[in-house]
Amino acid sequence: MVIADKYEMVCGLEVHVELQTKTKIFCGCTTEFGGEQNTHVCPVCLGLPGTLPVLNREVVNYAIKAGLALNCEIAEFSKFDRKNYFYPDLTKDYQTSQFDLPICGKGGLEIEVDGEKKWIGITRAHMEEDAGKLVHSGETITTSYESSVDYNRAGVPLLEIVSEPDMRSIPEVLAYLEQLVQILEYTEVSDCRMEQGSVRFDVNVSLRPIGATTFGIRTETKNLNSFSSVRRCLEYEVARQARVLDAGENVVQETRTWDEGKGITLTLRSKEEAHDYRYFPEPDLAPLVIDQEWVEGIRKTLPELPVARRARLQGLGLSAYDAGVITSGKAMADYFDTALSYYSDAKTLANWVMGDVTRLLNSNQCSVADSPISAKQLAELLELIDKGTISGKIAKSVLEEMYSTGKDAKIIVKEKGLAQISDEGALLGIIDSIIAANPQSVEDYRAGKDRAIGFLVGQIMKATKGQANPGLVNQLLKQKLS
Amino acid sequence: MSVVEKSVSELHELLVHRDVSSTELTKAYIDRIHSADPDLQAYLTILEDQALAQAAEFDRKIAQGEDIGTLGGIPMALKDNMCTEGVRTSCASKMLDNFIPPYNATVTDRLRAAGTILLGKLNMDEFAMGSSTENSNFAKTRNPWNLECVPGGSSGGSAVSVAADEAAFTLGSDTGGSIRQPAAFCGVVGMKPTYGAVSRFGLVAYASSLDQIGPLTKTVRDNALVMNAIAGHDLKDSTSVPYEKPDYTKFLVNDIKGLKIGIPREYYGEGIDSDVAKGIQAGIQTLIDLGAEVEECSLPHTEYAIPSYYLIATAEASSNLARYDGVRYGYRAEAADVLGMFKTTRAKGFGPEVKRRIMLGTYALSSGYYDAYYLKAQKVRTLIKQDFDKAFEKYDVLLSPTAPTPAFKFGEKSANPLAMYLSDVTTVPVNLAGIPAISIPAGFVNGLPIGMQLMGKAFAEGTLYRIAYTFEQNTNYHTLKPNLGEVLARGNR
Ligand SMILES: [Zn+2]
Repeated sequence: MVIADKYEMVCGLEVHVELQTKTKIFCGCTTEFGGEQNTHVCPVCLGLPGTLPVLNREVVNYAIKAGLALNCEIAEFSKFDRKNYFYPDLTKDYQTSQFDLPICGKGGLEIEVDGEKKWIGITRAHMEEDAGKLVHSGETITTSYESSVDYNRAGVPLLEIVSEPDMRSIPEVLAYLEQLVQILEYTEVSDCRMEQGSVRFDVNVSLRPIGATTFGIRTETKNLNSFSSVRRCLEYEVARQARVLDAGENVVQETRTWDEGKGITLTLRSKEEAHDYRYFPEPDLAPLVIDQEWVEGIRKTLPELPVARRARLQGLGLSAYDAGVITSGKAMADYFDTALSYYSDAKTLANWVMGDVTRLLNSNQCSVADSPISAKQLAELLELIDKGTISGKIAKSVLEEMYSTGKDAKIIVKEKGLAQISDEGALLGIIDSIIAANPQSVEDYRAGKDRAIGFLVGQIMKATKGQANPGLVNQLLKQKLS
Repeated sequence: MSVVEKSVSELHELLVHRDVSSTELTKAYIDRIHSADPDLQAYLTILEDQALAQAAEFDRKIAQGEDIGTLGGIPMALKDNMCTEGVRTSCASKMLDNFIPPYNATVTDRLRAAGTILLGKLNMDEFAMGSSTENSNFAKTRNPWNLECVPGGSSGGSAVSVAADEAAFTLGSDTGGSIRQPAAFCGVVGMKPTYGAVSRFGLVAYASSLDQIGPLTKTVRDNALVMNAIAGHDLKDSTSVPYEKPDYTKFLVNDIKGLKIGIPREYYGEGIDSDVAKGIQAGIQTLIDLGAEVEECSLPHTEYAIPSYYLIATAEASSNLARYDGVRYGYRAEAADVLGMFKTTRAKGFGPEVKRRIMLGTYALSSGYYDAYYLKAQKVRTLIKQDFDKAFEKYDVLLSPTAPTPAFKFGEKSANPLAMYLSDVTTVPVNLAGIPAISIPAGFVNGLPIGMQLMGKAFAEGTLYRIAYTFEQNTNYHTLKPNLGEVLARGNR
C-alpha cells in the first residue's frame, strides 16, 4: 500500500449480526426473511400506543453463546436502554438497545495473517432490535417522490459486536471478519447471510505516522454489507486520509457513508451534527440478571470452534492449508466429520471432499449442506476403492452418477457392472489375445523398452472398459512376458 | 333512589335477584349520560349500541343460570387512554383522534371477562398530562359539585362519571395523582395501586415507570371488587409483578384498632388550604376515636418530589410520545418532505401542555444535562423511596390530604403551569416510590368535596382498604351527592 512507509492504519469494527431466533426480540412475530411487506408484524413490533415489549429469552441465550464463543465476559447484570432519534424506519422513534451495561464485556479472538498470530480484542457486544426497511421511489429518501416502509424486519434481534482498535492492516481486518463470521456460523447464532443483510459492518479507521503511540483522528463509515465493501472502503478511506495528512491538514472526525457504485466514501454528518441519542434506561423492561447456572448451561451447548477443529484435523495428518479449507465453513467441516466417522483415512477423505466433491457441488451451484451425496455415501465409495472393488478412476464416474441419481455407490457399481475384474482366469484370456495382437510391443519390451508394457496394459484396460484390476494386470502380464 | 345511584355491590344484588336486568340497567345509565353529559362532558365516546348488545348477551347468560361473578352485567366506562379493540382510543388528543386499536388493554380484557358492560370512553387531559382535564383537545369536563370548577385530572372524566352516576364504576390512570386528585375533587373513592399490581399493557404510556391503572368507585367495597377483577400478573407487561393476589374484599372489616398511622408533616406545608387541613384533621380525629394510633412523622425529601417527578415523567414522555410522527397511524400533516411532515404533524397534533412536557423531557435527557437532571432525579427518587421505607418500619399507613385545595375554577391555574405542577405535591411522591395510595371522601369545603389520602407499603392495598372502609362505615360523606337537578333538566330539554 502507498502508505506503508509513512503511516500506520488503525482500525476497529462494529459488526451488527442478526441472531437467527425463530421470533423477534420483543414479540412473537417470525424473523423469516422476505414475506409480503408488513406481514411479519403485530401491534408490539409496530409500536402501537400502549403496547409493551417482552424480552425473548432465546435472544439472550444466543447472545450469551456468541459471547462465550468470542471469549467475552458475560455480565451478571445488564439492562436495556432507549436510543432516541426520529426516522421513519423506527416504529417508536427510538431503538431499544443496550448502552452502558451490555450483556457481553471484554473478549477477543485470534487471527493469523501470513503465518503470524495476533489477538484482536473485543470491547463489548450488546443486544438490540433491528429497524424496518424504507423503500424509496427514487434513489434516496430526500430525492424520492414517495417512500414506503416495510416493518417486517422491525424487532428482528441483532447483536452488535464492537472490536478494539487493534487492526493494523486490511488483511488483519479481513482475517478478523472471517474469523468472527466463522465463529458465529459455527455456534449457529447467526446464518451470516450477507446478501440478506444479516451482517452489517461499521468501519472506524485512522492513520498515524509510523512509530507514533497516540491515535490519529478517525472516521466512521457506516452500513457496509460485504467483506469486499469493507476492503474497498478501507482502501479508499486510507488513501484519502493519507492525502489529507500529506497536505498537512487534519482529518475531520465524522461519520461517512459508502457509495458502493462509485467506490467512495462521503460525509454523512460531522461531529457537530452527530445525533444526541438521549439514551436512558428502558422503563418497560426489567434489568436482565444472568446467573452462573444460566451461563454454564449455555457453555455446555457450545460446539467445537474453528480453531480447535483445525488443530484436531491437523492432528489427523491434514496440512494446515487443507485443515483451513475444510473448516472454513461449518457445513463443510460437519460433512467431513460425518464422513470421517465411517471412513478413517482423513487425508484421502480430505482430497476427495476438497477435490471432486467440491467441484461437483460448485458446478451445480449446490451447497455442502444440500449435497445429494451424503457424507456416509461418500465414505462407502472410498471404502470400495480401498477394497479393490473399483479403481480410483471408475470411482470418479461413480461419484458423478451418485450426484445425479442419489443412489449408493454399491448399487451403481452393481447395476452398471463396474466392479474390477480380479479373476485371473478371465484376465489371462484377455492378456493372451492382446499379446497376440501386438507382437511389436512384445518384442520391444523384451528388448528392454520398459515403456512398451504401459501400452500393453492400456490396451488391456481398454478391452475391459477400465474394469480390469490394474495391479493384477501388471503382475500377470509381466509373468507372461518373462 | 334511581338505580344509577346505587353502588356496584347493590347493583349486583339486584341483578342476582332479577329485580333488574342488565339491559334495563344499561339503558338507565345511557339515559343518565344523555341528560347529564351535555353539561358535564365526561364522555368522549358513548357506545350505546355496543353496550346494549353486551347487556343483552349478559341477560341471556343469567337467564340460562350461568354464574355472573361479582361484576357481571355492571355498566362501566374507561379513561380514553386504555385501548379498546375496534373503539377509538384518543387520549383526548388530536394526534389520536382517528386511532382505533386492533387490540384490547389487559384491563379491558379482564373487565370484559368479568362480564361488565362498556358504556364508553372518558375525557382526560391530553395524554394524561394535567391536573384539571382542561388539557383535553375535545371536551371541557365540569365538576358536578360546581360547574364552574374543574373536575381535577388527568382522569377527570373517570371521576365525574362516577360522581354523577353516569357509570357504576370507571378506571383511571395515575402517573402523579391522576386518579386520586380527581377522585378527591369529585367526592369518590380512587385507588392508585402498587406499581406492577395492574398490567399496563394497552395503557397508552405517559411515563412508563410511574403510570398505573386503578378504579374510581362510589364506595370502598366497590373499589376492592374492581381491583379483584383487574389486578394480577400479566405476561404482556414485563413490569407487572407475579405476586399472590388476595381477595381484596377480605380486608373490608370495620375495625382499625391498634393500626399505626403516620402523618407526614411535610404534606402540610405552604400551599395547603387551611380549611382542607382542618377537614383532614377532623378525619384524623375520627380514626383516633376508632382506635387508630396516630403520630406525626417526617418524609424529609418530600420537597424534592415535584422537581424530580417533572424530570423523570417528562423524560420518559419525550421518548414515549416520539412515535406520534404521522408515519403509521393517527394524525398526519402534509409537508414537502419527511422531516417537514414529522415537524408539522407534531406541531399541529399535540396541545401546548404535551409539547411543553416533551421539550422539558428532551432537555433533561440531552447530552451534557443528563447527569444534572435525569440522573439526579433518579437519585432523589431513591431517597424518597427510602423515606417511605423508613416510615413504614413504624407505621402501617401514612395519611395526608389528597390535594392541597378543593377543586379550583377553570382557568385559575392553567395560565400558570408551575402553580398547576405544585398542586401535585401531595400525590407525586407515591408514584415515585411505586407504593399504593387511596383517596376517600373526607368532607367538604365551600360545598366542594375534599379527599383523604392513605398511603401504604407496596402491595398493602388491603390495609388501605381496611382503614378506608372503616372510615367510610363511620362517616356519611360518601352518601352525599351533587345536586344535578338543573344539569339533568337542561339535558332532558
Ligand atoms: Zn411483532
